[in-house]
Amino acid sequence: MAEKKELLEEVTIRFAGDSGDGMQLTGMQFTNTTALFGNDLSTFPDYPAEIRAPQGTLAGVSGFQIHFGSIDIHTPGDECDVLVAMNAAALKANIRLLKQGGIIIANIDGFDTKNLRLSGYGEENNPLTNGTLEKYHLYQFDITKLTRNSLAESGLTTKEIDRSKNMFILGFIYWMYNRPIENSINFLNEKFSKKQDILDSNIKVLKAGYHFGETTETFMTRYDVKKAKMVPGAYRNIMGNQATAYAMIAASQKAGVNLFYGTYPITPASDILHELSKQKVFGVKTFQAEDEIAAICSAIGASFGGSFGTTASSGPGIALKTEAMGLAVNLELPLLIINVQRGGPSTGLPTKTEQSDLLQAIYGRNGEAPIPVIAASSPGDCFGAAYEACRIALEHMTPVILLTDGYIANGAEPWQYPTAESLPPIHVQFEKPKTNAEEKFLPYKRDEKLSRPWAIPGTKGLEHRIGGLEKQHETGNISYDPENHEFMVKMRAAKVDKIADYIPLQKLDSGNEKAKVLVLGWGSTYGSIKTGLIQARAEGCDVSHAHLRHVFPFPKNLESILKNFDTVLIPEMNNGQLIKLIRDQFLIPAIGLNKIKGLPFNASEIKDKVVELSK
Amino acid sequence: MNTNENTILDKPMTSKDLVTDQDVRWCPGCGDYSILKQVQTVLPELGLKREEIVFISGIGCSSRFPYYMETFGMHSIHGRATAIASGLKASRPELSVWIITGDGDALSIGGNHFIHLLRRNFDVNILLFNNQIYGLTKGQYSPTSEEGKITKSTPFGSLDHPFNPLALSMGADATFVARSMDRDPVHLKEMLRRTHKHKGASFLEIYQNCNVFNDGAFFIYTDKETKKLETLMVEHGKPLIFGDKNEKGIRLDGYAPVIVDLADGNSTNDLWIHDEKDRLKAEILTRFFDNPIHENHMPRVFGVIYSEDRPCYEEMLVNQIADTISKRGNGNLDALLKGKESWVIS
Repeated sequence: MAEKKELLEEVTIRFAGDSGDGMQLTGMQFTNTTALFGNDLSTFPDYPAEIRAPQGTLAGVSGFQIHFGSIDIHTPGDECDVLVAMNAAALKANIRLLKQGGIIIANIDGFDTKNLRLSGYGEENNPLTNGTLEKYHLYQFDITKLTRNSLAESGLTTKEIDRSKNMFILGFIYWMYNRPIENSINFLNEKFSKKQDILDSNIKVLKAGYHFGETTETFMTRYDVKKAKMVPGAYRNIMGNQATAYAMIAASQKAGVNLFYGTYPITPASDILHELSKQKVFGVKTFQAEDEIAAICSAIGASFGGSFGTTASSGPGIALKTEAMGLAVNLELPLLIINVQRGGPSTGLPTKTEQSDLLQAIYGRNGEAPIPVIAASSPGDCFGAAYEACRIALEHMTPVILLTDGYIANGAEPWQYPTAESLPPIHVQFEKPKTNAEEKFLPYKRDEKLSRPWAIPGTKGLEHRIGGLEKQHETGNISYDPENHEFMVKMRAAKVDKIADYIPLQKLDSGNEKAKVLVLGWGSTYGSIKTGLIQARAEGCDVSHAHLRHVFPFPKNLESILKNFDTVLIPEMNNGQLIKLIRDQFLIPAIGLNKIKGLPFNASEIKDKVVELSK
Repeated sequence: MNTNENTILDKPMTSKDLVTDQDVRWCPGCGDYSILKQVQTVLPELGLKREEIVFISGIGCSSRFPYYMETFGMHSIHGRATAIASGLKASRPELSVWIITGDGDALSIGGNHFIHLLRRNFDVNILLFNNQIYGLTKGQYSPTSEEGKITKSTPFGSLDHPFNPLALSMGADATFVARSMDRDPVHLKEMLRRTHKHKGASFLEIYQNCNVFNDGAFFIYTDKETKKLETLMVEHGKPLIFGDKNEKGIRLDGYAPVIVDLADGNSTNDLWIHDEKDRLKAEILTRFFDNPIHENHMPRVFGVIYSEDRPCYEEMLVNQIADTISKRGNGNLDALLKGKESWVIS
């Protein structure tokens, strides 16, 4: 066997197939193994909103992209080195993402006349044979047939057999990149522990795919991607929604408060519910409510009772929760509202990413209703950002909005996980019972943070009423007094502004304190900006990067940072939202870079703009 | 004022202890006053501590109720008291949670949460003040207003077919369904006791007169002149009898209720004996809902119509967690964060 080995620093693979082809699972398996192997990585699942769009059509194509390497990896990769195409539609939908000279691994069976017709190539126009793929390395074999052959004796039906063809491709890619298959065998053992025949067949096909690489004459090159030089520490692979859920549990444990999660399923937030509902051993109470409004209201009820009420949704669901968020502002109870953003408006692009709910988070309520807003910048950072959001809610007696988005919620990366002990403490003190009848309890009396006491039912002497009507300062009684209303509006604003005294100062992520250009980002653009700026500096640009976690209120030193740069560039996956806030508060002529395609920025898009501004 | 002294010194709670220092702002003559009084009278009998009691309301005239109860309380947003109470009860099963709502709050804007609370069977008490009108917004028809109702928003008469709240609650598999009225304090107090006593979601509809926008909507059931003939007071194990001199009874002919005259030699032994546990018959009773202007209409039913034991949501939630912990042990945060597959880079 004329096997050649080539050493690579980084590789991007895109697995693409029909929604039913199991590409997400294949991608996740490859991701886990690669993470355990010690590479840095970033992933991007890209799947249609339809559960099973018609087979073979472009609408039904599901993709999973992984970028891994021995160097620092911050994005899922602008272009792919390898495209796995399980059918013609998968090739057609993704070929534009493949580098010139890239590798195509195509399943011949997915290019029959029916698939060619449905994909739009046309029955007579097979790209595998008509020469149009000449600028790529094309490897084609009949994965369906190979899978069927290896399971000929299994006694399974053809339908059942065909379902495991993703294991063939997984095995093959493991071989190609020199990865062990044991991790996936362990996974299959667990997943199919009660279905011996399915388990056996999946393992058999996985091995067949691996061995096919070893024995086939078609393939000549294997690739090595060495371990990445990462910051020393303990790592695991994590997805954004999973990290968010873990942070909620961690915060409730550290604060010594029970966690209540009221929610209504919605893409792409549902995985938080799936994760939390598994964690009953932490006493987590999950409640799948009848609608979005009931979801947040149940959380408010739980917080009134002394649990930490939390809820999550995506844009359309957040819109429904708006009135209750205003109530929470008036009640001044801890509440976490997570918005896993997706493309809007209305139903918009349920499975695509966007950052277009920032202004909704900050302004989207009736009346003057300020709510602090925190944004997560990567799958792993969902933990830190969510933990910080929980801390602010619990310590400052306020609803807090956490913004993540579909890109980082479903994306994965290696995560240096913290120990429980290393997490910052969260101080919660319920108001103590009153034994002295002379002393009247004042539910809206404020402490130095301007927060009111958390006085929970069941505590003697603290009986009181709260509600959505305007309240008198300190007593909390209904008040229509004009002076009091203005006072209370300003008080609620001051209370949220004061949170700036209790959050870290803004730091530069990279670059010099003074430079020509500052790229100011927030949320999931982090990886693209970081990588884009490495490229820009290589081209001689003098550029720095600041990335906001606290979007409202801003860190106190943000203005002084901004003043150190000639130009401030704000890339956003929206039509320009943070830029409005920055211009409004600091009166600087910031420049926007906006992408509203349901897709994250390519690093090169950031680099190109920085290069342009540096001229 | 200081009403706190008694309970703080651990003396038994009295009605007075439940009065707040806030002025009651309902219109003079409103039926809500009577309901407030009966609730304040009954609560001290129930063996509860004041700090364990929580009143949650939505929006509407009735929803001001919590401000007048010296307990814990929340005056929330329109239609959502049921949802908020669900979260509160799930997080604190030991509290005595009372939901105060109206026909618009529970059946119009909050209809969804109302039916879901019933099917889940949280152990809470729902007092629905039904006045068949929108009072706080000054006189539009409500989802329980009769057809053809002339109001500010329906000057030519309303077109909507009204909800039958009890039939609706039976349809949502409520485990306790009862009806009372503001103008019968004795009956109302008894119904409040029963409402509290039932473990599960207890639904009590209270006919309440809005003397400003819908005065007299229920006079036919509350006035001495007509009350005995138009109302049927049901009690478990007793025959269905009504009429000025208890001269009428109700017999079941198959599934069809028939009014019989006891003076005509019909025996009470042949009458329908009320059984709170009989779902089918309870459903028939909730359908005694004819407009009394029709001839041969059935009397309106008051009392506990249906009562069933079914596990409560919050109890099952707590048990499921306890069960999981007993099998798997308490959660370990470090183990959670580390996960099943991790590696160390040195």
